[in-house]
Amino acid sequence: MLREALVNLWSRDGTRGSSGGELWALNDVTFRIDKGEVLGLIGRNGAGKSTLLKILSRITYPTRGNVAVRGSVASLLEVGTGFHDELTGRENIYFSGSILGMLKSRVDAKLDAIIDFAGVSRFIDTPIKRYSSGMRLRLGFAVAAHLDSDVLLVDEVLAVGDGEFQKKCLQAMDNLHDSERTVIFVSHNLAAVEHLCSRAIWIDEGRLRTDGKPKEVIAAYMSTFGEARRHAVDLRDNTSRRGSGHIRYTKIEFLTPDGLSEPLICSGDSVVARLYFEAKERVENPIFGLEIHTQLGTLVAQLHTYNSGVDIPAIELGNGRMDLQIYDLNLTPGQYTISLFLANLGYMFHDVLQHCATLDVEPSSRYGFGRGVHGNPIISLGCSWHLSQNDKWLHPVMI
Amino acid sequence: MRQVPTSSEDGCLELGGQISSNDTTEEFLGRTPGWFRDLWDYRELLFFLAWRDFRLRYRQTFLGIAWALIQPLFTMAVFTVLFGTVVKVPSDGMPHPVFYYAGLLPWIYFSSVVGLSAVSLISNASLITKVYFPRVFLPVSPPLTGLVDLGISSIMLIGLLLWYGVPFTWKLALWPGLVFLLFTLALSVGILLAASNVRYRDIKHALPLVIQLWLYATPIIYPLSLVPERFRTLVLLNPLTGIVEAFRASCSPTVSVNWLALVASVAVIGLLLVVSLFYFTKVEREFADIA
Repeated sequence: MLREALVNLWSRDGTRGSSGGELWALNDVTFRIDKGEVLGLIGRNGAGKSTLLKILSRITYPTRGNVAVRGSVASLLEVGTGFHDELTGRENIYFSGSILGMLKSRVDAKLDAIIDFAGVSRFIDTPIKRYSSGMRLRLGFAVAAHLDSDVLLVDEVLAVGDGEFQKKCLQAMDNLHDSERTVIFVSHNLAAVEHLCSRAIWIDEGRLRTDGKPKEVIAAYMSTFGEARRHAVDLRDNTSRRGSGHIRYTKIEFLTPDGLSEPLICSGDSVVARLYFEAKERVENPIFGLEIHTQLGTLVAQLHTYNSGVDIPAIELGNGRMDLQIYDLNLTPGQYTISLFLANLGYMFHDVLQHCATLDVEPSSRYGFGRGVHGNPIISLGCSWHLSQNDKWLHPVMI
Repeated sequence: MRQVPTSSEDGCLELGGQISSNDTTEEFLGRTPGWFRDLWDYRELLFFLAWRDFRLRYRQTFLGIAWALIQPLFTMAVFTVLFGTVVKVPSDGMPHPVFYYAGLLPWIYFSSVVGLSAVSLISNASLITKVYFPRVFLPVSPPLTGLVDLGISSIMLIGLLLWYGVPFTWKLALWPGLVFLLFTLALSVGILLAASNVRYRDIKHALPLVIQLWLYATPIIYPLSLVPERFRTLVLLNPLTGIVEAFRASCSPTVSVNWLALVASVAVIGLLLVVSLFYFTKVEREFADIA
């Protein structure tokens, strides 16, 4: 208690907290889901989707309001709930199954199917601390795929794992359609929500914004990105920067080639990265640069004015902006991070901003909504397929 | 598409179809109805939790389950030499090794199991924040698992009785009841400490001190008969006193069972159980938020 009092004291004087009062993670959310419905829950990070799922799972409880559930509930907030490193694969199947609400008799009956699905039969009596992360995921999902609860709550499970695993998850989710089961599915993968769900709900700042057909809800959700400028990041207050500071970036923004604010960046789109800067003094021969990294830190692209053959004699004192047009952003769907730098010809850095912005690349129809992706490719190439047999063109198989 | 009206204050969610009247979450003593029904529905999980704790307890140890014997035997030897031979504490006419071993069995069970229970919610925070299950199973699992060790070390006690030629009496039949009492006590204290530990991590630091004090406050090193008359009532309020004394009496043909002490134990343990369950159900809703 003493420690908390001290922390409170600090935060009152410091910069954090105390101004806005309390924050409601969720408020005024009322809906009803019938048996057999597959509901997609969409919304931005921090909108309250996960809190909603936790309330539905009875992990946490609402301050006000109530939830009524008919039948058994299983929540998959992570893959491999309850796994313990020291236990063997078989032991973990039993323990995880049990904690997710499966009866032992059911695990007994499904054990072979689970082991098969996970593809770990050779190592089933090995402690899972010796498993690769992929094997763990497969085992975890195999247990989840054999749950028999009436209501299934799934949170971003598809966001983890490699492409192979994601594909398997999508297939298993697809099968849910046919069962009598009620599913609530939280995802950032809008294409998956549209494909899998019979209904979607959009949660925004803790409130229910729209409820209806996935296509319409997703469209309504996406239309707000322009106004919210998700892809604009103010860089003035970035404290992790280094460099001389003679010239600094103040903002980065992603736009369409027409200079319009870009609501959603999809694989294969043309985009403009608009880099706002402020020069504190006259700077000669500056080099503007932008790097794109994957979430795992692989450098995907390094674009700078010097290697593009653009020579800038000098930037005068004052504000300005640099537009960088990227023609085909043929990155596979996912989240990437953007790093920026400003240097001079001798690679003395004026401003370096590591991972200062994120770039969310959404699946597009052009690349099959990210369907059937194996491994973990970073780029996708625009292509078309043409099939002929016996010297006769069959219909062009185009996307 | 349906725009949802923003008039109602409280959210209300409904999944999977019709609501029946008994689905509403009205509160009863701060706990949702169906609390006990949930325990029954998830009963297999309690078994799996205890089984997991048991599998993990002696994993990667060379001596394995033998530790269940080494711990009480070693402590018994130290006590026998120190208090039996050097300090010469009286032992109600029992052989000193039997006297100490019979007192150490319930004590070692109690102290080790309560220590594990107290941290059970915190060390399983990753489960609590990811899935629903009756949270009370976590602090209940260590007392269950501990019964295996207690059983093994009890067999050793029979060996000791034979070795020292102590005749068996009908009082040995009290054992199942005494073990049940001890289990209920450990479970109650464990539940209470585990629940408080989630919010007040001070428990973790205070527990070793309390356990140490509790050892001295319980007639384990000394017999209850050595306690001055005016402190007796105080010592009897310690629920372990009656249990330890009865454990001892059952191993001696001459010492009679102190029924008063035992009744006091039962009363205190009953009270503790009610209080701990009440407190637990009162605070368990916030575990996922602060664990």
